[in-house]
Amino acid sequence: MAEVERILLEYNIEGGNFTRAGYASSQIKKVLKQMQVDLGVIKRTVVASYEAEVNVVAHAYSGTMYVAIDPEAVCIELVDEGPGIPDIEQAMQEGFSTASVSVREMGFGAGMGLPNIKKNTDHLEIDSQVEKGTRVAMTIFLDPARRNKEQQQ
Amino acid sequence: MDAARLPGPKAIKTGVMQIKEIAGILDARVLCGEDKMDYAVDAAFASDLMSDVLTLKDDHVLLITGLANTQTIRTAEMSDIHCVVFARNKKVSEEMLELARENDMIVLECRYSVFKTCGLLFTAGLSPVF
Amino acid sequence: MMDTMKVSELTEKLDLKVYSGRKGLSRDITGGYVSDLLSDVMGNADAGEVWLTLQTHKNIMAIASLKDLAAILLVGGNKPDEDTARQSDLEEIPILGTSLPAFEVAGKVYDLLKNDAGIQG
Repeated sequence: MAEVERILLEYNIEGGNFTRAGYASSQIKKVLKQMQVDLGVIKRTVVASYEAEVNVVAHAYSGTMYVAIDPEAVCIELVDEGPGIPDIEQAMQEGFSTASVSVREMGFGAGMGLPNIKKNTDHLEIDSQVEKGTRVAMTIFLDPARRNKEQQQ
Repeated sequence: MDAARLPGPKAIKTGVMQIKEIAGILDARVLCGEDKMDYAVDAAFASDLMSDVLTLKDDHVLLITGLANTQTIRTAEMSDIHCVVFARNKKVSEEMLELARENDMIVLECRYSVFKTCGLLFTAGLSPVF
Repeated sequence: MMDTMKVSELTEKLDLKVYSGRKGLSRDITGGYVSDLLSDVMGNADAGEVWLTLQTHKNIMAIASLKDLAAILLVGGNKPDEDTARQSDLEEIPILGTSLPAFEVAGKVYDLLKNDAGIQG
């Protein structure tokens, strides 16, 4: 039986800490580069991961990013404690944003985060409870040929 | 409402360009203000941040932006900008167009990036805002 | 498709300031991107592009790094925040500056890159 190599990573994300936003995604990128994963796959993973990470920073109190990389796919799950998303379908609309004015002035909050995540991943699950938090789980196949085109807009 | 009723630059000078020429250069779709193609702007400004757009004091400026939402139309209107180009193939909603029509604005949609849009217009001779 | 020009050449030709990340001046430029919306840059910018923006906070470096951009060009006379400049030095991705507004400098960069390649737009 072949041994499956799996890399597990875990990062804490602090709500409101924009200075640190992107750190976890940067680490994932490094690992994927070392693994010599297809560049297109790395690009998509980085976009999706970054958007999800920033969402936690911009909207939640705190969160954790769990990453599992095996020969087939990279799975990223973000679980946060925060206000939650009342209407996920609405949140998936391009341009819809609940970001504060100061966040928007930084260039965030244009309402492209969730749509960007959907476009770049092969599988996406979002669940949320208002006043509790949100869970975003995404999968990106390492083999570019397995790209789920149905998820693209 | 025709182009003659919109305030226009008093003299033809370099850097001035009519909307019809701009639409041609950008291969743009005119979403509203089709009757105002003779309106001329004398400068262009590119920004996605509304607070930045609000600092504009010049008349007859063309706004180039990738932020397609109602706020952009409101901000443009507040700054007396009569023509907006939405680049990056952004979808302009009916709500945005209604607001634009109410304010006699011209809205163009183009598929090029903001960078290319600026590049094409600048090299064609449209001036920047000073 | 635009030909490659180095960041140092662009800096010279347009008389741009170099705030930080000097070690990255030898990077090749593949094109330009103009946006102040971070998600937009994340979603659409390509590796090797020069990113024109007025944002000066540290997150612009996270993006430049994640997207393998050639350089960031701050417009309108903006200067990078201290921690942004520090990150730029670490990543060796230059932060350049101009007092010109985005439309004008984008036009000039576009013109330069276009001429360099000898191809139309």
